[in-house]
Amino acid sequence: MYKAARYALRLDPSPGASVDVMVINKDLMAASSTPIVLAILAEGDSYGYAILQRVRELSGGHLEWTDGMLYPVLHRLERLGHVKARWKVAESGRRRKYYRITSGGRAQLAEERRQWQTVDSTLRGIWSAALPQGA
Amino acid sequence: MPVPGDSGFLEEQIGQWRAYLHRRQAIQPVDAAELEDHLREHVASLTAAGLSADEAFLVAVKRMGALDDLSREFAREHSERLWKQLVLVSTDAAVPAARVRTEAIFALALAVAAAALFKLPALFGKDTAHYPTFYARIFALVVLPLLTGFFVWKRRLDTRTVRWLAAGFAAAVVFATVYPFAKGGNTEVLTALHLPIALALLVGIAYAGGRWSQVAGRMDFVRFAGELLIYYALIAFGGGVLSALIGMMFHAIGIDPQAFIGEWLLPCGAAGAVLVASWLVETKQSVIENMAPVLTRLFTPLFAAALVTFLGTVLWTGRGVDIQRDVLIGFDLLLVVVLGLLLYSVSARDPASPPSAFDGLQVVLLVSALLADAVALWAIAARITELGFTPNRVAALGENLILLVNLAWSAVLHIRFLRGRGSFASLEKWQTDYLPVYAAWAAVVVIVFPPLFGWI
Repeated sequence: MYKAARYALRLDPSPGASVDVMVINKDLMAASSTPIVLAILAEGDSYGYAILQRVRELSGGHLEWTDGMLYPVLHRLERLGHVKARWKVAESGRRRKYYRITSGGRAQLAEERRQWQTVDSTLRGIWSAALPQGA
Repeated sequence: MPVPGDSGFLEEQIGQWRAYLHRRQAIQPVDAAELEDHLREHVASLTAAGLSADEAFLVAVKRMGALDDLSREFAREHSERLWKQLVLVSTDAAVPAARVRTEAIFALALAVAAAALFKLPALFGKDTAHYPTFYARIFALVVLPLLTGFFVWKRRLDTRTVRWLAAGFAAAVVFATVYPFAKGGNTEVLTALHLPIALALLVGIAYAGGRWSQVAGRMDFVRFAGELLIYYALIAFGGGVLSALIGMMFHAIGIDPQAFIGEWLLPCGAAGAVLVASWLVETKQSVIENMAPVLTRLFTPLFAAALVTFLGTVLWTGRGVDIQRDVLIGFDLLLVVVLGLLLYSVSARDPASPPSAFDGLQVVLLVSALLADAVALWAIAARITELGFTPNRVAALGENLILLVNLAWSAVLHIRFLRGRGSFASLEKWQTDYLPVYAAWAAVVVIVFPPLFGWI
């Protein structure tokens, strides 16, 4: 299995697969997953696999989620009413669960965005003022 | 033989992976389908990039994440799934939803029929308040044939068996209604108490659906009966709360609902609840943990301790059992409870597992119950001629002997098993073989006792 996983780094067709994956701590992952998923769904309806591809693409391959873990996140957003799910038959002929952002989800996304921007601008202030680059 | 790389091999691998997912309680079939779609798309894109099917599968599965972590995340999001729910609409593809619905409708219709039939004599001037023993006598006659009908329908019994069952019930109707009982007399009460036991045999034959001759079939009926009792008690408790609240509310507006509760709610509820409870037990079978074995585990040590203490006290103080009217019935009940504790631990046990400390405890329970009963029987035997043979006393004595024989031989078999000289299966066989004996004795009480004692 390990051998196959190494193949994957070379052969995975997703863009940026050869870039080193950054290890991000669990809490930060959990906190950022909501705005990321909601923002991707704000671009248009999507399903699990495509959402993960988009995450990989947006992060330039630096951000790598364990695939299965996306689904409990989607189910939580569904329970909170931020997204709506429905089953459709995809081109492949398989049944696939598509997710769509709701108006409540958009409001949540705007709120998340405001919060993250505050955190981000605060950190930017400190990074440039107190610490030299790359410390 | 599929070789790595071909699509049959891939399907087999995905099938295995799906089976692993289905074993996780927190991951439901619908989630498994969503994850499988993901896995397939990932595999497809990897094979398109040049990986062989088995390599692609391994990569995709690894990227999906460890099953334990995944199931933990699902459980965190869907914690309610860890509590097994009674799902009346089947998610199991093997049982079509239409069948489940038909069964529910049929069971409810039978419950309504039971309630209506039970109230039928009221049309002929027999109200529940003035003829309580009459209603007690016909209760089993109304409810158990309908319950048997449910199983006849569900198990699709052959006409020959159905004819025998019908003949049994017809005979019961004759003996319970034609006999000229003295109103409220001993023999009438005995009939009311013993008729359900005798007729339970017919229900059991229908329940087992052609497997009555096998130990497993009879044991399934024992399990069913235990769960039915527990469900019935719970429904009765709920009914009690409902009646009390109805009483309170209508009293508050100056209307007395006692007549409605006593004449309608209670009798109709008591009759209908048997059918509803049976249907629930049938439906939930595999969904919810069985309660009877759990209660058995809880109470076996407590009863064993109580009995050993009782025997110790008798020995220490030298007190004999004072034979009052109901002592014998009390000791019968004790033996019934001990038998129940034995039966439901047998029913839940894996016959292949070796003797454990719990088996030892059970032998203590059995032996101490036998000794306690012997003490009581000794006291009765000494005074039986002086007390006289009333129908109640003879019935109680007969039951005591029947239970005593069962428990004594059970103790022997259990001790043999503990000492590695016998198998547990022999105890199981003994218990299930003995079931018709109770029904036979109950039938004797119903058929022979009233004329023998002059309908008193």
